[in-house]
Amino acid sequence: MSLLELHDITFAYPAHGLTLNGACLRLGAGERLSITGPNGAGKSTLLKIAVGLLRPASGRVVAFGQDRRTEADFTEVRRRIGYVFQDPDDQLFCPTVAEDIAFGPLNLGKSKEEALAIVDSILGRMHLSHLRDRITHHLSGGEKRLVTLATVLAMDPDILILDEPTNALDIENEARLLEILQSLPQAILLISHSADFREKIAPCGYRLADGVLTPLD
Amino acid sequence: MVQRLISADEATAGGFPFAYGYLTRLDPRLRIVLAAVFAVAVVALSDLIALTGAVLLAASLLPLSGLPAKRTFKRMAGMDGFIIFTLILLPFSVSGTPIFTVFGIHASWEGLWQAVEIALTANAVILALMCLVGSMQPVTMGHALHALKAPPQLVQLLMFTIRYIETLRSEYLRLRGAMKMRGFKPGTNWHTYRSFGYLVGMMLVRALERSERVLGAMKCRGFTGRFVLLEDFRMRAQDWTFAALFLGATVLLILIELRHVFA
Repeated sequence: MSLLELHDITFAYPAHGLTLNGACLRLGAGERLSITGPNGAGKSTLLKIAVGLLRPASGRVVAFGQDRRTEADFTEVRRRIGYVFQDPDDQLFCPTVAEDIAFGPLNLGKSKEEALAIVDSILGRMHLSHLRDRITHHLSGGEKRLVTLATVLAMDPDILILDEPTNALDIENEARLLEILQSLPQAILLISHSADFREKIAPCGYRLADGVLTPLD
Repeated sequence: MVQRLISADEATAGGFPFAYGYLTRLDPRLRIVLAAVFAVAVVALSDLIALTGAVLLAASLLPLSGLPAKRTFKRMAGMDGFIIFTLILLPFSVSGTPIFTVFGIHASWEGLWQAVEIALTANAVILALMCLVGSMQPVTMGHALHALKAPPQLVQLLMFTIRYIETLRSEYLRLRGAMKMRGFKPGTNWHTYRSFGYLVGMMLVRALERSERVLGAMKCRGFTGRFVLLEDFRMRAQDWTFAALFLGATVLLILIELRHVFA
C-alpha cells in the first residue's frame, strides 16, 4: 500500500504562472525518494501541498489510503508526516530545546511526563542529550538542524519530509545527519541539491521541472 | 555570522544578564507575587520613616539576588531620570510654607516632602522588582506568569518575543551590514530616510513571512491553537520561610505608617 500519493497536482501563486502543472508522485512504506530540480521549480510548494499547508488548484492528495481535502483531514496527515523545514529558525520556536521537542508529543495528547520521557529518549538516541536545556536560538547552525530533526522524530511519524537538510551544514554535521537518517525506518521524501547526499539517502526519485515530475533513472 | 560570537556559558544562561543568588533558587511564582504585594503596599505608604524602611528592605534584597550592584543602581538611576523633572517641579507646584523663592515662584516644604515621598516609593518598588523578578530568566518568567494564570495570549506574546527578538536583531544586523558593504553612510538626507524605510519595511515583510512559516511548521507538529508548557513549580520550605519573612517585613512597614492611628 502506498503511504502518500499526489495525483495531477496543479498550483499557481497569485500573479505567477503555473508552478505545478500536473505533478504526480507515489511513496510506498519505507520507500526513500528524492526530488531535485532548479531553484524555484516548486519543490517546497509540492511538499507543502502534501501536508496541506497549501491547497492545490486541482488534483488529489491521497495520504494513508484516504483522500485529503479539508483542514481536518490534514490535521491527521500532519501527525503522521514529519516535515523538516528548510530554515531551522522557522521550526524551533520554543525557548528551550526540551520544550521544542515536547511540543509535538504534547499536541498529540501525551502527558507532561510522557512528553519529557520522549524528549530524553530521542535526545539520547541522537546523542544530543547535552543540548536538552539549551536556548534554541543560541544553538549553532548544525545543532539547530539536528534538533529540528529530533522535534519531528519525537512525533514518531511514518513519513519524513526533508527540505534541503544539508543547507549550511559542515562536513562533520552532515555526516552525523547522514548516520542518523540511515538508521531510521521511516519512508523519506528528500529535497536536496547535493548529489552525494541524495545518492546516500535516496538514490531514486523524481526531477521537478516545468511543473511536472519525471522519474530519475 | 556576527551573532555566533557567544560563549557557551552565556548560551546556557540564555545570553541574558542572569543572576545566581539565594532569591534565584526560590519559586519564581512566589517572587512575582511578592514583588506585586510589596509594590502595592509601598505605593500606599506616605510616612517617610515607613518609606525609608521600604527602601532599606528592597536594598537588603540586592545581595540576596546575586545581581551586580553597580549595574542595578545604574538601572535605578535610569528610572529616576524619567521622574526627575516631576520631582524638581513638585516643590514649586504645590502650595504651602515657603522655603525659598526663585524668579518670584515659591518652593514649598509640602511639595518637597511629596517629591521625597515619590522618589522613595519609586526607588523601593523598582529595586524590589529588579531583585525579585529581574533576576529571573525571561523564559522562566513566562512560565511563572502562565502558572499564575496570566492571560495565555500575553504569555505567548512574551515567549515568542523572547524566541524571535534575537533572530530579528540578527536579520537587522545582516541587512545593515549588507548596506554598509555597499558604501551606505547614514546622514540627514532623503536617501538615508528612504533607505532606512526600506530596511524597516523589508524586516516587516520578512517577519510576516517568517510568522507564516513558523505557523506552518507548528501545524506540521499537530498544533491546533493550544499551548502546553512543561515547567512545574513547587513551593518548598525555603520558599515559605522567605515568603513569611518578606510579608512580615511588609506588614511591619504598614504598621509603622499606622503607628499614629494606634497611638
